[in-house]
Amino acid sequence: MTFYERVIKYFYIVIITFLTLTGFGQMPIFKRYRIADIPGLGWLAEFYITHAMHYIFASLLIALSVYLFFDHIFIGKKERKITTTGYVKGVMILGLIITGGLMVFKNLSGILYSPIVISILDLSHLILCMTLLFYSLFTLIKAKRWTMK
Amino acid sequence: MKPTITRRSFLKGTITAACSIATSSSLAKAAAGLENGQPIATLLDISKCVGCQECVYACKEVNANKYPKPQKPFPKMYPNGVKAEDWSDKTDVIDRLTPYNWLYIQSATVEIDGEQKDLTIPRRCMHCSNPPCVKLCPWGAAVQLDNGISRIDADICLGGAKCQTVCPWLIPQRQTGVGLYLDILPSFAGNGVMYKCDRCYNRITKGEIPACIEACPENVQTIGPRDEILKQAYELAKSMNGYIYGENENGGTNTLYVSPVPFDKLNSVIEKGKGKPHLAAVKDSMETGNKLAVAMLIAPFAGAVGAAMKFYSINKKNDD
Repeated sequence: MTFYERVIKYFYIVIITFLTLTGFGQMPIFKRYRIADIPGLGWLAEFYITHAMHYIFASLLIALSVYLFFDHIFIGKKERKITTTGYVKGVMILGLIITGGLMVFKNLSGILYSPIVISILDLSHLILCMTLLFYSLFTLIKAKRWTMK
Repeated sequence: MKPTITRRSFLKGTITAACSIATSSSLAKAAAGLENGQPIATLLDISKCVGCQECVYACKEVNANKYPKPQKPFPKMYPNGVKAEDWSDKTDVIDRLTPYNWLYIQSATVEIDGEQKDLTIPRRCMHCSNPPCVKLCPWGAAVQLDNGISRIDADICLGGAKCQTVCPWLIPQRQTGVGLYLDILPSFAGNGVMYKCDRCYNRITKGEIPACIEACPENVQTIGPRDEILKQAYELAKSMNGYIYGENENGGTNTLYVSPVPFDKLNSVIEKGKGKPHLAAVKDSMETGNKLAVAMLIAPFAGAVGAAMKFYSINKKNDD
């Protein structure tokens, strides 16, 4: 793995970690399960803080995804091939960005979605996140990579 | 059986007759607002309120069918320390907001023109223009209707109380032992259902006005399209040299109060606490999120520009 690939990898891990933490922080669970009582983790129970952080890390994920997409189209295509793992994770991240983007739009003033649409978006965003996490654990154990030379 | 006339039934009869003209006018205005796709707002003239609590009783009567009917004993909740909230044995409490009381009268003794006066203020959900309770509910249990009403669907709510935490006035109130959480993981997730004023959304759908407005003998409240209500609020404030609350609070609400004394003065003397909302100035809770949402639009362009710059730099190196 080159230095450049290593930087991208750790940047991606940091983004996904904070997105997961702040995403789960949208549910009132960190206070109930006293995780927010652990010194240094009190912010996890502050809904407005986790909400803003989720938006910031989502912006970073979008920027990174678009960067890697065009990087692959312009340069990477000649050197490497996207694996099935890469495609599966890519589709899940795209799904998370679309459902998340629709929820961000919903949160703007004057935008009204029907209750059923809100519930579907909330649940699909959560299910996609859980699936990506479990699939990432599986690919980590099996040492499967996003791309191959 | 000897017929009896209670104070309430007497007031009800006279109010119904006396308010019929005002009611039909309010209804017409509200309907016009709906047709124009505008949010409907209410204006409360604090100087008119006599604290008779007719609105409180009317609210309780009309909304009784929406109140929780909890199953007891409550399921044991984990971890230990997660507290059940039970108001089912205190349904007659009317001096604060509870799951069984969505409107109450707040009192303030203030000095007006050198004279001590008692003011009474009907308090309930403010129905924010951009309600954080709705926008930040993780399950879509809280919804905002086209007419600006925000309400909590008791069939979907899990009672996590996030809506209460993010509400600048901490309005929604929880009852344990009721709702969907009982069918999922009652010991590990959820804690009942959150309740608050839904501004009689079902009555408005049928062409009726909210019970609190209909029952008021002093015509404290007016209902209509927000633009028109705001205009009226300005006129009223000007006529009494008074002040407006709700125009800009939390980015604007569909409940506007007009008072003869400044709201910070009122806020300093009213009783505040659990189920007793303040009257302080409130900044827009959703403002940071909305600004970050706009910034989010830049993210894909930043990514594309980054990739293009890398491509250009590699090409330039190859050309050299």
